[in-house]
Amino acid sequence: MSEFALQIDNLKKTYKGGTVALKGISLKVKKGDFYALLGPNGAGKSSTIGIIGTLVTKTSGQVKIFDIDTDKDVATAKSLLGVVSQEINFSQFEKVIDIVTTQAGFYGIKKSIAKSKVETMLRRLGLWDKRNDQARTLSGGYKRRLMIAKALIHEPKLLILDEPTAGVDIELRREMWDFLKEININGTTIILTTHYLEEAEQLCKNIGIIDHGEIVVDTSMKDLLRRLDVQGFVLDLEEPLKFEPNVEGFDLKLEDPLTLVTAVNKDKSINSLFEQLNQLGIKVKSMRNESNRLEELFIEMIKK
Amino acid sequence: MKKINISVTLWTLASKEVRRFLRIWVQTLVPPAITMSLYFVIFGSLIGPNIKPEVTDGFAYVQYMIPGLIMMSVITNSYANVVSSFYSVKFQKSIEELLISPMPNWTILLGFIIGGVCRGVLVGIIVFIVSLFFYPDFQIANPLLTVSVLFLTSILFSLMGFINAIFADSFDDISVIPTFVLTPLIYLGGVFYSINMLSPTLQSISKANPMLYVVNTFREGMLGVSDVSVVFSLGMICVFICILTISCLYLLNKGIGIRE
Repeated sequence: MSEFALQIDNLKKTYKGGTVALKGISLKVKKGDFYALLGPNGAGKSSTIGIIGTLVTKTSGQVKIFDIDTDKDVATAKSLLGVVSQEINFSQFEKVIDIVTTQAGFYGIKKSIAKSKVETMLRRLGLWDKRNDQARTLSGGYKRRLMIAKALIHEPKLLILDEPTAGVDIELRREMWDFLKEININGTTIILTTHYLEEAEQLCKNIGIIDHGEIVVDTSMKDLLRRLDVQGFVLDLEEPLKFEPNVEGFDLKLEDPLTLVTAVNKDKSINSLFEQLNQLGIKVKSMRNESNRLEELFIEMIKK
Repeated sequence: MKKINISVTLWTLASKEVRRFLRIWVQTLVPPAITMSLYFVIFGSLIGPNIKPEVTDGFAYVQYMIPGLIMMSVITNSYANVVSSFYSVKFQKSIEELLISPMPNWTILLGFIIGGVCRGVLVGIIVFIVSLFFYPDFQIANPLLTVSVLFLTSILFSLMGFINAIFADSFDDISVIPTFVLTPLIYLGGVFYSINMLSPTLQSISKANPMLYVVNTFREGMLGVSDVSVVFSLGMICVFICILTISCLYLLNKGIGIRE
């Protein structure tokens, strides 16, 4: 047994009409990893996920899930996999509890066994009170939860989520993050695609960036963030300023009388900035990153 | 590694399909009962007594119509159940639930066919019960043949509905064949008349209509009379079931119409 939950080798996909979605990508995701697969729209993320879940037919290449080649034993490979698709893909006219119970049945779980599993899952995702509601009556956030409940009901070892928090409010997004962290800690390998780069930064240990059907980055989150040359900081001041202070080695901008913004090169110590501000009698109340760090890198990577 | 219990997957899909048409019984079970009641009232009770028994092999017209109307209901409902259900799962994308699961393709096909057969047979029974209000003394001549043809026909048209749904890209595509192909062939397939009433030329043309064989084989089972060879008809139904089953599995394995 290898150490990988997912191995993709030279995967290619050309759609009818000649659109090349994947130009031969190779990727390895370790067991227990929380992996972010990022990329702009049309980069090939959904095609990759579609091929792993056998919803899309590959042109060539190999996909292995826990060492099982999907071309040789697709049933066993699929039994280890759970996929949360980007689009809602359940019958809108069925009850929540029936949708999840039926999904368990599609994985060969008997109804008598599925019953308690379904209850646990629906309670865990806050859907138990809505178990007898028709799916079409659920709000967008609850529909997302239902998608996750469906994907997890057979306890997959590898869970792939294609933009699971798209259109979900901040509170629910945070709840989902906690839930995903918990199942990852309990041993489920997770691959996540998202447009919220903060989400990837918060959750994922490793990251791949795909662009124009090619993997342009495949590294650890720490390593990627280390590549940042400059970080932007926002300083909230205790007392208002009338003019931008002159601090040697730092370019400071006064965004409003109580907010200073600066860019700090990674070879410089930020202590020097605080010392100089202190000497000028400027007291800093709090400090935060100017913007999402990963976002800057992401734009840089896909521009190359 | 997890071993998949195939019988559970099949039972899950088949029972889901049956629950689906039972849940919407007003749309699936009531209309055939009402439509067929109207046929029995208008053609059976009002017009029927004026038709000479010689042209209906010696049977009362209402009695002669019963097998044809049952078969018409079985064919249209088996077909409609599978084509609408499978196209709906494609349209709603809930087909992904099936494709992503470890279910083999043959269980997906069989699950939908069981749904179609259950609806077809149930509607057939309902129409037969309705017919007893108009002809209470009806006796089935050959119950084994009747039941066999009932199930085989239902399987055959469920398979046709499945292929239609695979190739359908819109709701128009699932109504074209039932409206413009199935319905005319059924009406011209001896539901209301014996082809012995027709001229030799029209009889020859009618023999090219596959519905004629299905309707008449069922009539042989229920009344003991037929315009065609029962052995030949049963053989052809079985051959077409085999051809369509292989075609459906080929399409599913290739992912045509369901995978990108």
